[in-house]
Amino acid sequence: MSASDEIWILGIRMTKFGKHADQDTVDLAAEAATGALSDAGVTMGDIGVIAAGNLMAANAGIGQQLQKQIGQTGIPVYNVANACATGATALRTAIMAVKAGEVKYGLAVGVEKLSGAGLLGAGGRKKDTADVWEPKGRYGAVAPIDGRIGTEAMPGVFAQIGTEYGHKYGGTSFELFAKISEKNHAHSTLNPFAAYQKRFTLEQIMNDVMIAYPNTRPMCSANCDGAAAAVVCNGETLKSLSQEQRRRAVKVSASVLTTDPYEDGCQVLPNVNTLTRNAAKTAYEQAGISPGDLDLVELHDCFATAELVHYDNLMLCEIGGAADFFNSGATWRDGSTPVNVSGGLQSKGHPIAATGIANIWEICHHLRGEAGDRQIENAKVGLAHVIGLGSACGVHILEKSAA
Amino acid sequence: MAGQIPFVDYLVLDDGAPHLIAQECESCTARFFDRRNACASCFSTEFRAVPVATEGTVRAFTIVTFAAPGIPTPFVASVVDCEGTQVRANLINVEPDPEHVRDGMKVRLATFGIGADAEGTEAIGFGFEPVN
Repeated sequence: MSASDEIWILGIRMTKFGKHADQDTVDLAAEAATGALSDAGVTMGDIGVIAAGNLMAANAGIGQQLQKQIGQTGIPVYNVANACATGATALRTAIMAVKAGEVKYGLAVGVEKLSGAGLLGAGGRKKDTADVWEPKGRYGAVAPIDGRIGTEAMPGVFAQIGTEYGHKYGGTSFELFAKISEKNHAHSTLNPFAAYQKRFTLEQIMNDVMIAYPNTRPMCSANCDGAAAAVVCNGETLKSLSQEQRRRAVKVSASVLTTDPYEDGCQVLPNVNTLTRNAAKTAYEQAGISPGDLDLVELHDCFATAELVHYDNLMLCEIGGAADFFNSGATWRDGSTPVNVSGGLQSKGHPIAATGIANIWEICHHLRGEAGDRQIENAKVGLAHVIGLGSACGVHILEKSAA
Repeated sequence: MAGQIPFVDYLVLDDGAPHLIAQECESCTARFFDRRNACASCFSTEFRAVPVATEGTVRAFTIVTFAAPGIPTPFVASVVDCEGTQVRANLINVEPDPEHVRDGMKVRLATFGIGADAEGTEAIGFGFEPVN
């Protein structure tokens, strides 16, 4: 592979996640984007393409809104939307533009204002009292089906994904899922960028408000505000830059996006497993890296039940062995494969479109040796994973610079 | 004339033997419950309506205690494996708690009235109940 085929993250930044009452969506996006530019040592004048995402206002053109605040240079903007994988999709879009040789530098941005948003995915029942029953939609339903034919709200969908894993392989329980959440909340106490930095005991987690069994409130991702942005270039461009830029640059050894291939039942309960496994397999091949080489993993723990299945999907453990793998302590920050040392979506928070870049920022932070109290010592390789229901999966493998 | 209407068009009420029907791809036998444009598995466009087994086992479940406004809670959402066909449904006629709902439990299709419209037509919904 020649230097022009290599992709590097030159600069990256995430805002603190949490409530930002005094900043609107564009403010947050601008903070992350200008932060990433300054981290990269370039300006808007250098950027050849912007890929941007803001899922809750996907038709509002966040990329152009951002340009109007930080630099209107006439470059192409791709506004992207891919559910919770929107940020990873933006990054991948910028990477493809650089890889195609069309631009020298690409900027990817993801931003969301989600504080107080409540339950996502649920439609409610606004037209439940029709005068005359009339079949509508692709199921010919006479009234909204959420709550009458299963659940469409995210906590329950992902709860079933967890209980399905238990059905297939055994070894799961309410307590096991709660323990995963206990780990992530414990990790968050070291992350000043997390929306919540509160440690919970297992009892507190299990006795908290039940949302959708077995997910209690602290086992669900935290709605919050936040943004993240990254500047990418290829290896040829990097060669021309300063020693300091080359030292802090992080190599993107794999960048993969997949959707869910057809399988029995996948239109009944979303299958988040196969597309993750497919993305991971391709990513390991692209990078020439095996799961055992990973020093840390940030995976999409939108619910505690989801984290468990992704140990398996990302091949961090043997097939069916996720419960044993977790119980061994492997995924705690002092374990063999630390997972979500940022605190994960359950405590760091999940401002949807920002998440797929923020998890890459976390990995970069460790690979650069800049993660402070939560630094994983001598981290050289990390993996970041996101899932957007519908579905889309992004997997990126990142490596420390040798410069 | 007051009558009955199924809650969804893939629920067949006739003759007191209610059952679900799936759209089965004539080429690869993939099964779907919605109106189809083509097969997601093999892209062919010919389907036939086939009855789905009325008994099955619980493959995945959750007990929803917090839902969107207007949805009564708690309820048990699940995926039931009906002899190889995966069906999304609520579990009904069972206590909605982890002591009474287990994965792998045997269940069967059951129907219930949802309410009548202004013309007196009653909508009939379905769920799965434990086989005792």
